[in-house]
Amino acid sequence: MEKRKLMRGSIALAEGAITAGCRYYFGYPITPQNEISEHLSARLPEVGGVFIQAESEIASINMVLGAASCGARAMTSSSGPGISLMQEGLSYLAGSELPALVVNITRIGPGLGGISACQGDYWQATRGGGHGDYRLIVLAPNSVQEMHDLAIKALHLADQYRNPAMILADAILGQMMEPVNLDPPPVEIPAKPWALTGARGRKPQLVKSLYLADGEMEKHNWHMYEKYQRLQEAEVMVEMDLEEHMDLLLVSFGSCSRMVNSAVALARSRGYRVGHIRPVTLFPFPGDAIREVSRCVGKVLTVEMNTGQMWDDVRLSVYPGCQCRLLARPGGAIPSPKQILEEIEKYIKAGDLLAKSVR
Amino acid sequence: MQKVFARPATLLETGFHFCPGCHHGIVHRLLCEMLERYNLQEKAVGVPGVGCGVFLYDYIAIDVCEAPHGRATAVATGIKRVQPDHFVFTYQGDGDLGAIGTAEVIHAANRGENFTVIFVNNSVYGMTGGQMAPTTLLGQYTTTSPAGRDSRNDGYPLHLAEMLAPLEGVAFAARVSLHTPAHVKKARRALQRAFETQLEKRGFSFMEFVSACPTNWHLTTLQSVEHIEQKMLSVFPLGIYKNTAAATVRKEGEPADALL
Amino acid sequence: MHYYDVVLSGFGGQGILLTGDVLAHAAMLEAKHVTWMPSYGVEMRGGAASCTVVVSSERIGSPFAEEPCCLFSMSKPSLFKYQGRVKKGGLLIVNTSFVDPSLITREDVKSICIPASEIAYQEVGEHKMANMVMLGTLISASGVVSLEKTEAAMEEIFSGNKKKALPQMLQAVRCGHAWHLRV
Ligand SMILES: Cc1ncc(C[n+]2csc(CCOP(=O)(O)OP(=O)(O)O)c2C)c(N)n1
Repeated sequence: MEKRKLMRGSIALAEGAITAGCRYYFGYPITPQNEISEHLSARLPEVGGVFIQAESEIASINMVLGAASCGARAMTSSSGPGISLMQEGLSYLAGSELPALVVNITRIGPGLGGISACQGDYWQATRGGGHGDYRLIVLAPNSVQEMHDLAIKALHLADQYRNPAMILADAILGQMMEPVNLDPPPVEIPAKPWALTGARGRKPQLVKSLYLADGEMEKHNWHMYEKYQRLQEAEVMVEMDLEEHMDLLLVSFGSCSRMVNSAVALARSRGYRVGHIRPVTLFPFPGDAIREVSRCVGKVLTVEMNTGQMWDDVRLSVYPGCQCRLLARPGGAIPSPKQILEEIEKYIKAGDLLAKSVR
Repeated sequence: MQKVFARPATLLETGFHFCPGCHHGIVHRLLCEMLERYNLQEKAVGVPGVGCGVFLYDYIAIDVCEAPHGRATAVATGIKRVQPDHFVFTYQGDGDLGAIGTAEVIHAANRGENFTVIFVNNSVYGMTGGQMAPTTLLGQYTTTSPAGRDSRNDGYPLHLAEMLAPLEGVAFAARVSLHTPAHVKKARRALQRAFETQLEKRGFSFMEFVSACPTNWHLTTLQSVEHIEQKMLSVFPLGIYKNTAAATVRKEGEPADALL
Repeated sequence: MHYYDVVLSGFGGQGILLTGDVLAHAAMLEAKHVTWMPSYGVEMRGGAASCTVVVSSERIGSPFAEEPCCLFSMSKPSLFKYQGRVKKGGLLIVNTSFVDPSLITREDVKSICIPASEIAYQEVGEHKMANMVMLGTLISASGVVSLEKTEAAMEEIFSGNKKKALPQMLQAVRCGHAWHLRV
């Protein structure tokens, strides 16, 4: 058996970034992501990298922008309020087509909120967040292994599509320890002929997001849109745990899906035929998979640790006429497998009740 | 018998959440004494930034508006402009004021906003668990300067009182310490000057408190007092750096601490 | 399918999180699936420390324990907080050097009252090793992991500059293990 290491999610993520060749970290303290920066403050100098504690998240994200413009793999991490401050920079990164990794170990909002695990940043992450017509690549791990692997994946995707990528996780995933297989995949950093390395032997280059000439900005937006279409076609990641003749399909992501996994096992042990779809990429969203599967199920239950955000995407995706319910626990509450099971039973027994959200 | 010492009524009768040996509690008490001295309980608005001081509203019985991290002086500007006759102060740590909130404090000071900034300098990020702050001493170990603060990567300790004092909008700027009873007395006097500055509408007043954070310094309470005396005060000299009240204008070359 | 979950709880400084770490590490060496989840945030107020370790032969869903198979308790507040949740027929291990055993209200679980700090002091010369003594008892009483893998886990965790503590730690776990086999 391969050698496994017991690690915290935050540390696994940081090590994944190092494995992927990320040597530049810029960040500002905030709970519950401090373990990432603290670990990198010791590790990056060891591998010839740079760690800077910036004066704010606004500075952090713009330091990332600068490093990325030179072709380096660079990252930052933060949580709720800090990610909000980064939205301007994220919009500029996307508009300038610069790759970067941004980690959001979410907390409860709005405002100062609290530090418990929560999924209330789904909209902010998947809708772009800042101003303008853009998207982030959003990956949602649900295990410590995936914290590691998806950090690597995110840095690759960011480079490949020249777009900022976000890891959306929470304190459960950041604080938890699980065994991790750290086998390093080969690192291939693509050539970046656009990088600002000095106009030696070539024409001067430019990184920018300002397009004032007639029609230029529309062209740029369509160009970006086309990129997002390619992502949608090629990069959707989804985990499906399905059965024959299902009575009910569950959809959940991130840490919440772990509770749903337990609930699915419980439900099956009681003879219910249930399936579970877990989007791993939140953008691009696995809408096709949900549409396909929901077509022959008819009832879909979304479970989220917010008041119902991914639920929007699920409702846009399901096969027309499908019933959609929601089990929502915002504000740091975690739905227990038992509670989810109760909801599953209620919903399956409910016959053909009209779609209605439950709280 | 005469009662000579009592808990200020404005200081609510609950236990502080502060760690043993932390100086935030002393600053809270001094603030309450001063609020009562000038009878400001009913016309004061406090604006804590985000840090260990954010729970101000749990301890001091006045109106309080929580500000986003670093933005307290901007929030206080809004409050003071709507209610110029109210007594307004911010309460901020070195991360809040010295890192993320530097732009706001410099411009509030430069506008001469007539409120008081209470700045608690404990040379670390307390609330988030001991990361490096702009005021961290060179060589000091923190969770994000695991090899000690190194000026080549992390720059130098930031001197807020000295930086703000020269701005024309600033009417009063002082740095005090709380590590001995004698220093607490001096701090109280300086705080009174700061309050008077605002009450006399002379402009921006700034009070920097050198404070202990035994938990994140990994020192005992007593060792923390020594640390302040031996390590911090040479980097952060105490004194009144500016006071536009005529009687106490600092003469050329006169040491700042002579005025404390 | 084999599934076992433990809530370890007490005060900060008693080595609760470390004990859970050793247990989780041992489970990993047994090629089991395992999660270790610390309490954090608001729960940490008041100096309490706790963590949940789930060990399973299959992939683990929730890393939390609603009805733990075992409660490992080193303080009065933690006993009050968690004893009601222990699964019927489950295991309750209490350090009676700190907690009065008469405070145990559950009769439908197996209670093991161990004066762990005293044992640690007498046998290892260090009362702070109580957590490791209790861990020895826990693995013996539950069989969740073997003594051998626990020792191997400790050798991995207490390596490098932490190696100094290893002999005492190992001795403490063995003492707790032997104590349970005796009683
Ligand atoms: C935008 C934003 N970034 C980060 C944080 C996390 N945070 C909370 S308190 C704090 C700073 C604490 O340090 P300091 O201001 O020095 O006050 P102390 O706790 O030491 O009194 C930080 C960074 C936040 N709340 N909001």
